Amino acid sequence: MDARRDSEPTPMKNPTTTERKSDRELVVTRTFNGPAHIVFEAWTKPELLKRWWAPKSFGLTMISCEADVRVGGTYRLVFRHDAFPEPMAFFGRYIEVTPHARLVWTNEEGEGGGQVTTVTFEEQGGQTLLVMHDLYPSKEALDAAIASGSTSGTGETFEQLDELLVTLGASVKRS
Amino acid sequence: MVQYTWIGFDASFAALSDATRRGVLEHLGRTDASITDLAEKFHMTLTGMKKHVGVLEQAGLVTTEKVGRVRTCKLGLRRLEEEAAWIERYRQLWNARFDELDKVVEELTRKETVDGRKKRQ
Repeated sequence: MDARRDSEPTPMKNPTTTERKSDRELVVTRTFNGPAHIVFEAWTKPELLKRWWAPKSFGLTMISCEADVRVGGTYRLVFRHDAFPEPMAFFGRYIEVTPHARLVWTNEEGEGGGQVTTVTFEEQGGQTLLVMHDLYPSKEALDAAIASGSTSGTGETFEQLDELLVTLGASVKRS
Repeated sequence: MVQYTWIGFDASFAALSDATRRGVLEHLGRTDASITDLAEKFHMTLTGMKKHVGVLEQAGLVTTEKVGRVRTCKLGLRRLEEEAAWIERYRQLWNARFDELDKVVEELTRKETVDGRKKRQ
């Protein structure tokens, strides 16, 4: 979807791709100009994670970032969006941690069992190919996430919004 | 607990952050309405209502159509529901994150190279 501008002198950024791979899967890929152990470190040390996970350019601000990256360890990322007073939280548990290669965690902020996220880090000639794979429990769960524009948050504002959009969605489908 | 999101929904969120605009959407969920109808219903001036509808329209939540002298408003939720658009917004979010992550990786890689050189010396 990116418009290519070859004339720009700034260094080329590696493209990010996203794809709905199947009824239940979303895949995001990106190459980084550094070795896998460094990219892995940036995903697993809270002080590094918080430097990139809530980009200001996207209107996000990190409030707190806890990540105990070991099998069974939990994470909790709290951040807010400029347009909303209520902070949002992402939280879950790491279920697989293979240093410099693979991370798997659960997403527990949604109701009814959220998606499981797998991130793999593959080094290729000093660069690292990162693949992030979200597996949803069902087609309906991913459809619902897309329909609601999800990825989740908490708070009354969102509940109101949720109810409103459900109502609106229903009336649109009727018409 | 709710599944909710901010992903690229800046415009939609801003649009929905106002009680009148939420009311307008609810009303349009029941029936299409002209700007005049809406202004009356929400006890507002025509100009005030036009502004609200403009915000909703920009966010893709409402579409309007002028027939004769009357501008009719209806729900335009298609944009929100469209999978491709959602996936693109999701991509933009991760792209923004990864642009920041690039900086972290670059910094750490540079540091490691310098440290490595020091060790060898």
